[in-house]
Amino acid sequence: MSILILAEHHDGQLTEATAHVVAAARKVKESIGGDIDVLVAGENVGAIAEAAARLDGVARVRVADAAVYAHQLAEPLGDLLVALADDYSHVLAAASTTGKNVLPRLAALKDVSQISEIIGVESADTFQRPIYAGNAIATVQSEDALKVITVRPTAFDAVGGSSQDQGSAAVEAVEAGIDNALSSFIDERLEQSDRPELGAAKIVISGGRGMGSGENFKLLEAVADKLGAAIGASRAAVDAGFVPNDMQVGQTGKIVAPELYIAVGISGAIQHLAGMKDSKVIVAINKDDEAPIFQVADYGFVSDLFEALPELEQKL
Amino acid sequence: MKVLVAVKRVIDYNVKIRVKPDHSDVDLTNVKMAMNPFCEIAVEEAVRLKEKGVATEVVAVTVGPKAAQEQLRTALALGADRAIHVQTDEAVESLAAAKLLAKVVEEEQPGLTILGKQAIDSDNNQVGQMLAALTGRPQGTFASAVEVDGGADDKSLKVTREIDGGLQTVALQLPAIVTTDLRLNEPRYAKLPDIMKAKKKPLDTKTPDELGVSVASGLKRIRVEPPAERQGGVKVGSVDELVDKLKNEAKVL
Repeated sequence: MSILILAEHHDGQLTEATAHVVAAARKVKESIGGDIDVLVAGENVGAIAEAAARLDGVARVRVADAAVYAHQLAEPLGDLLVALADDYSHVLAAASTTGKNVLPRLAALKDVSQISEIIGVESADTFQRPIYAGNAIATVQSEDALKVITVRPTAFDAVGGSSQDQGSAAVEAVEAGIDNALSSFIDERLEQSDRPELGAAKIVISGGRGMGSGENFKLLEAVADKLGAAIGASRAAVDAGFVPNDMQVGQTGKIVAPELYIAVGISGAIQHLAGMKDSKVIVAINKDDEAPIFQVADYGFVSDLFEALPELEQKL
Repeated sequence: MKVLVAVKRVIDYNVKIRVKPDHSDVDLTNVKMAMNPFCEIAVEEAVRLKEKGVATEVVAVTVGPKAAQEQLRTALALGADRAIHVQTDEAVESLAAAKLLAKVVEEEQPGLTILGKQAIDSDNNQVGQMLAALTGRPQGTFASAVEVDGGADDKSLKVTREIDGGLQTVALQLPAIVTTDLRLNEPRYAKLPDIMKAKKKPLDTKTPDELGVSVASGLKRIRVEPPAERQGGVKVGSVDELVDKLKNEAKVL
């Protein structure tokens, strides 16, 4: 049996998350064989389908290009996946807001369980996933005929892609005749940023309540510019209105695992640690010597951030 | 419009959990339990809809052991009118929970059903979506704002959703299912007189058998382990030392 991946895309571009999900799918394929297909659903997604076809290990790209899939609303996408699922033993998507929105709908309509946010593949039916905000790792086995799975992208290294002119996978259209009377799109307000995407950045610098105000995040921006880093925030900083909520790192925000994570003015509550403790190197800058963040930090610097940040910027 | 709100009894979010020595599960004996934080937000939203005159009745429901009645009483103290307890001592996975809730939705016919976006124990983020699928209703997940449109006939719902790049607003045909994100509202505290009054509010108990739902799951938990511990790090004395260590020791700059 084959594996189907729901492609993740944004603003007309295939996102990096899909290449990580393909990597997880290749691990599943080691035990069951079969092909890896990618489903690209949206409106005017030709270029996205071509990008998906270049990913290593993808056999076929199935393209559902219609107005009904614009903005990837859960109701039509769920119906589309149900229409395609009988050809597959596994359906995978990134544990992004899109994947989390759509896949449980598919699972319920097919009367199977869903396995959320896997971080390891033991075999075609056995997977590891974090529970209790990452404070325990559960190994779960699915006896369902169809495995519906979301994948934590940071837990799998992205597959490579072949160059522009040698797309290897076949691209074919899917006509499923789906309509949607249940929901409609009104509008979207996306945060504009020149910095790398938080989930994919090699370096992340985050600020917490200790930053004191949104204005003070400029200090972080200056350091981030020097490092080519993405900027994150703790829930406390978001709730205090310093920064928008899509910058939140944590159990209820984004999960990141960069090479270097710099936590500034963040105490290190369980819910924040759940979002960043798999970072390769963690640096904490905090004036409270007792802050729990120092228990996970590789390098801790007890200092007033308002002195440390400008100095750090200057010395980089 | 009737509003149904689903709540879950979970370990208190401040508790540092322990894995059982036999790796079968997390140890919950003598651990403080509470209402799941996302469910508190769901209750608050339902109560606010009632205070605005949009909701005529708020019904709280939970699936779980006898002790989960505490969380229903909390929901009643916060302003729910009555409660339904689907009582079972079995571990109930998301799909079975969604099927049980679907039966309750079928009986109660709420215009709007509100759930938390995820429980902080299983971290699944599935039940609301599955309930929407099983009842054929639209879903507004990860909601940070909910607005009932359409005046008296209440035909549609405007939901602003927290998505990876920012915010998205969708219109849903009622009846609908909504799951709450953290920023939807700030839940209130229950006052003592309300806690006393909540003891007298009606609470119905049902079983999965009565609802005709099997709680068996296709998912088996094989083992539970603590995550790999991080090595304790070092403290540095200056910015120079920090930059030096990052460049030469950790080699991440």
